[in-house]
Amino acid sequence: MIGKERTALVSVQGLEKHFPVRLGAFGERTGVVHAVDGVSFDIYEGETLGLVGESGCGKSTTGFCIVQLHGATKGQVLFKGVDLTTLTERQLRPIRRQMQIVFQDPYSTLNPRMTVGQSIAEPLLAHRLVGKKEATERVATLLEDVGLRASLANRYPHEFSGGQRQRICIARALSINPQFVVYDEPVSALDVSVQAQIINLMKELQEKYTLTYLFIAHNLSVIRHICDRVAVMYLGKIVEIAPKGTLFAHPMHPYTRALLSAVPEADPVWERQRRRIILEGDVPDALNPPPACRFHTRCPYADERCRREEPSLKAFTTDHLVACHYAGTI
Amino acid sequence: MDSTMHSIPASGIERGREIVVQTILDVQNLQTSFKQRKKRLYAVNGISFSLKKGEMLGIVGESGCGKSVSMLSLVHLLPPSATIDNGTVLFHGRDLRSMSKKELRQIRGNQIGMIFQDPMTSLNPVMKIGDQVMEAIRHHKRLSKDEARSRAIEVLTLVGISNPAERLKAYPHQLSGGMRQRIMIAMALTCNPELIIADEPTTALDVTIQAQIVELIKRIRDELHSSMILISHDLGLMAGMVDRIIVMYAGYIVEEAEVDDLYANPLHPYTIGLLKSIPKLRGEVQEKLPSIEGSPPDLMQRPTFCPFVARCPYRIERCLRENPPLERRGDSGHKVACWVDTGGNV
Repeated sequence: MIGKERTALVSVQGLEKHFPVRLGAFGERTGVVHAVDGVSFDIYEGETLGLVGESGCGKSTTGFCIVQLHGATKGQVLFKGVDLTTLTERQLRPIRRQMQIVFQDPYSTLNPRMTVGQSIAEPLLAHRLVGKKEATERVATLLEDVGLRASLANRYPHEFSGGQRQRICIARALSINPQFVVYDEPVSALDVSVQAQIINLMKELQEKYTLTYLFIAHNLSVIRHICDRVAVMYLGKIVEIAPKGTLFAHPMHPYTRALLSAVPEADPVWERQRRRIILEGDVPDALNPPPACRFHTRCPYADERCRREEPSLKAFTTDHLVACHYAGTI
Repeated sequence: MDSTMHSIPASGIERGREIVVQTILDVQNLQTSFKQRKKRLYAVNGISFSLKKGEMLGIVGESGCGKSVSMLSLVHLLPPSATIDNGTVLFHGRDLRSMSKKELRQIRGNQIGMIFQDPMTSLNPVMKIGDQVMEAIRHHKRLSKDEARSRAIEVLTLVGISNPAERLKAYPHQLSGGMRQRIMIAMALTCNPELIIADEPTTALDVTIQAQIVELIKRIRDELHSSMILISHDLGLMAGMVDRIIVMYAGYIVEEAEVDDLYANPLHPYTIGLLKSIPKLRGEVQEKLPSIEGSPPDLMQRPTFCPFVARCPYRIERCLRENPPLERRGDSGHKVACWVDTGGNV
């Protein structure tokens, strides 16, 4: 990991994102989904921060808010000290060049009517970074960077497999030399053997171009292989954030523990003897989240205090933050 | 159906003990292909396996390896573009392939229950849960509405749904994904099937909900002593659930072994690669995750060579000339389709 002097490239402070929704058969009632509800964290230069949680916990929304694909309802997103939420679209343009996003589904994020070369060159041309001629050369280098032959630039997306398409999406994101890349479940749609190739590729590229990553995923074992620090989200809140080694060895929040315990491992002998923490019930509705500690409805340790008082994210050690009243005692 | 019973049924949980076990399903040389415009797509290329009573068999492989198609072939639920080209499927000694549609309908749901991956699309969105579960019951058993209703409540309770009488009145969209999957499992169990085929039953679910469903499936298997075939791409999930595993690749069975044997001593280069490429939750984090280079072959022809040859680090010249048959290695019942002795180093 990086030494003492860590500078935050991205700093999220008190981020909230609410979505108004219409309910009832005729949309006669309105409600508000609190997708992200007061989230703060820093992403340091050169590191990979993992954001993990179950569907609907707000991890993708957080990522989208950082790269300004969603406008935040409240809170700040600082990129190199500049608050992006206050900028106009025009002021944002030069900053957008420095941050990119790669999505989960490589099938729907590439335009089927554009050759992959055109897709990769599009951000370059849109930001007027190079001329048409140079773009072709740049596309060739990018394709080779992601492990594909440069001659494939004239092919269409349907001619590629899922893993190859995700390589193309990565090449497109890196085309304009960003410093910061958000990966939103980049390997979830891929088969295991291909998933490993893509994880290795992302690591190689990070080293080669000194990139900073936010890696959003639901799979803890993938997170463990690529991230330096991990933040765990539950219903729009961060419940725990710690360096990878600490989080996996000494998880403090009961939800993190349950999440870790639920992951099946490819070891039948271990699987037979291991004791699982199995959470009861489902993730509550984000329209109507439980009051106080949001996890109290499923938490095996919850008591009166958890139902009454919301725990704040407190530092247990300098870099290990936990939002639980009983962190350290359970 | 009892005509072929010749021994005492035993539960598969009593692994290792010498017991005479009855085979309930026997598949020989099953081949299925799809018509695609002018081409054919060879999805299943001659697979043979059998299932003992009370046993839980896992079929693992990546997308497109033929694991789902082979199971759909067993019960004749294939789309119209698919044909079964060859093979026999004996269920309790009766050939499912030569049965009429009516006979098959009696077997499906009654003796063979199915659980599919996506509970969102497998349930009818405009029908109440109760009507759907009761329809399944009344299709197979001559029961009055009231009797079917109490049976429905019984199975819903069995799969851990609280307040079942109320839930029967709900529509699918009013339930969560985990709850819907419980309903799907309940429907598969209504007629106490002897064989349950579960196709990726937890893939669409979150990890904490997956853990709940896994516990449920294990409990059902222990309580009802059903035989089960579990299809999944997830070797982690398999490890804790099944007795025996079949690994499929490009429509072939490439390896078959008892679960402990397969994970401790994988023999096929594909299985070895697959196990190595899974990111682990414990132990050292490897700097570079071992991966299998390349991608699976297209299935436009039945190859005359080993289907894994292009990605195989162990390949020899013979692999390009002949497709290796699935053969027993040693005396443990471990079978592998490979010309090379990989030594099983993992």
